[in-house]
Amino acid sequence: MVFNSPTLSYSLLSPILIILAGALIGVLIEAFVGKAVRPIAQLSVALGSLVLALIQVIRIRDFTSTAAAIGSVVIDGPGILFQGAILVIAIISIFLIADQDNFTSSPAALPGSDEERQAAQSGTVLTEIYPLTLFAVSGMLLFPIASDLITLFVALEVLSLPLYLMAGLSRHRRLASQEAALKYFLLGAFSSAFFLFGSAYLYGYAGTVSFAGIHAAVIGGTGNDVILLLGIAFVAIGLLFKVGAVPFHAWSPDVYQGSPTPITGFMAAATKVAAFGAMLRLFYTVLAEAQWQWRPFFMVIAIITMIFGSLVAISQRDVKRMLAYSSIAHAGFLLTGVIALNKAGLEASIYYLFAYGVATVGAFGIVTLVRDSSGEVSDLNRWAGLGKRSPWVASAFAFFLLAFAGIPLTSGFIGKFAIFSAAYESGATAVVIVGVLSSAIAAFFYIRVIVLMFFTDATEDGTSVVIPSILTRLTIFISLAITVALGVFPSPLLDFIKPLAIFIR
Amino acid sequence: MNSANYLYLSALLFTIGAVGVVIRRNAIVVFMCVELMLNAANLTFVTFSRINGNLDGQIVAFFTMVVAACEVVVGLAIIVTIYRSRRSASVDDANLLKR
Repeated sequence: MVFNSPTLSYSLLSPILIILAGALIGVLIEAFVGKAVRPIAQLSVALGSLVLALIQVIRIRDFTSTAAAIGSVVIDGPGILFQGAILVIAIISIFLIADQDNFTSSPAALPGSDEERQAAQSGTVLTEIYPLTLFAVSGMLLFPIASDLITLFVALEVLSLPLYLMAGLSRHRRLASQEAALKYFLLGAFSSAFFLFGSAYLYGYAGTVSFAGIHAAVIGGTGNDVILLLGIAFVAIGLLFKVGAVPFHAWSPDVYQGSPTPITGFMAAATKVAAFGAMLRLFYTVLAEAQWQWRPFFMVIAIITMIFGSLVAISQRDVKRMLAYSSIAHAGFLLTGVIALNKAGLEASIYYLFAYGVATVGAFGIVTLVRDSSGEVSDLNRWAGLGKRSPWVASAFAFFLLAFAGIPLTSGFIGKFAIFSAAYESGATAVVIVGVLSSAIAAFFYIRVIVLMFFTDATEDGTSVVIPSILTRLTIFISLAITVALGVFPSPLLDFIKPLAIFIR
Repeated sequence: MNSANYLYLSALLFTIGAVGVVIRRNAIVVFMCVELMLNAANLTFVTFSRINGNLDGQIVAFFTMVVAACEVVVGLAIIVTIYRSRRSASVDDANLLKR
């Protein structure tokens, strides 16, 4: 028996390998480096590996290869763009994550116990969060470039498992945070099971787990269509769970609300990019010829997701829950890009994901700043009059909200316009009409928050905006700058995306 | 024996698991139901592997076992933490959010 050693092209896989190496070094630092230098060492390793990976992504942007890891991953333009977007979002969020005010110093201690108090008093800080973030990022980088079902499933779990833990590490309201972790974990595992079951049926249909093989079987059309339909449906359910589309959204408001705010921002932005990346690859390349089996289903999902997200967000009294429902609505808008199934749809989706992700991290960065004596204040009523007390913070938040709403001259407008026109080109007129209408509904509740901040009298209840630390400031400034730049000068990024946004099979 | 019967069995196991996740209240039991679903998917993979006459499906089953083991580690850590702070592993008692 002859074994052929696999050939890996390390340069093409280097972004993932760098992040994984950084994560492993982080674990070693956790074990061997003294407490005093640990935070700075961890932050430098995390930031260094993220930046290095981003540089590497930029260097390999013109390469395409299906054989980078013996057919398990495919390196192509969209994959590179998704990886770049995830890394930029991760770099912005790592500053926010580094602001240790948000995390408990001893996750294993019981809430309210002496042990917890001692850990807090001794100035212990939680540094495990950095390796966990890097592990999650490595899964996210792999997810949109995976080109067989095994890699796709493993990447899904590698990105999810650290996030489940990170959801439970909040410093304030620890019980709620642990509850968020439990809900995220149980529903996430539930959805992975659906995903895996669907993969089994796709394998049964095609007789192979590679995307190329499944694509060939779909074109050939000799297999059993019932098995194909079951496979598509279950895999789609698993992916729709991850992006939080209705009716698979139940976890997202609770998890968004309970998780530590920096983690919420990172998870909301980066997971969406990764999950939509994988979804776009699967449905644009592998299952494009089976569009009659999934497009009608996706249209219904997109329509109810957009309407539900926008309508329910109106009645929210908690800023994090409101942003959660807004992210559900955005998942609906992004599904329009999947439905479009043309090159314009792909370009628009990539642009939208990047613009939305950056604005999300920035918005959650601002949520961490509004506090009272017991921690963050996320009750919207207590945000009243914020614009008078701290005009800069309120203006920045207002700007992010306008970007979410898609007001012209913000990045959100360009994204929405591009994604809806791509869907319209492909003939999905009904979805586009619902999309535009629900954007209008969504604009209402974003603007209501702005009115609340600037034109309502403040209540005197000890809510204040803390002076942001330099790290949080960096997060907010960078995301604000990118959001403004993308709104005013969208064409450089659009032109950059255009030649790259071609999936290879 | 007809291989299709294994597909029916695995679909049944998957359904039992899914229903269990929805109706059971104890986090541990819910989690076990998720594991049942994963194993049902494994059985499907192995059955299709036999029907298709190649080994890909069996390889996936090994990957799934490893991934499921990782999930157990993370999941039990979360459930134990919840139990220690609340003295209850019921998913209904966890209702602080939504307010």
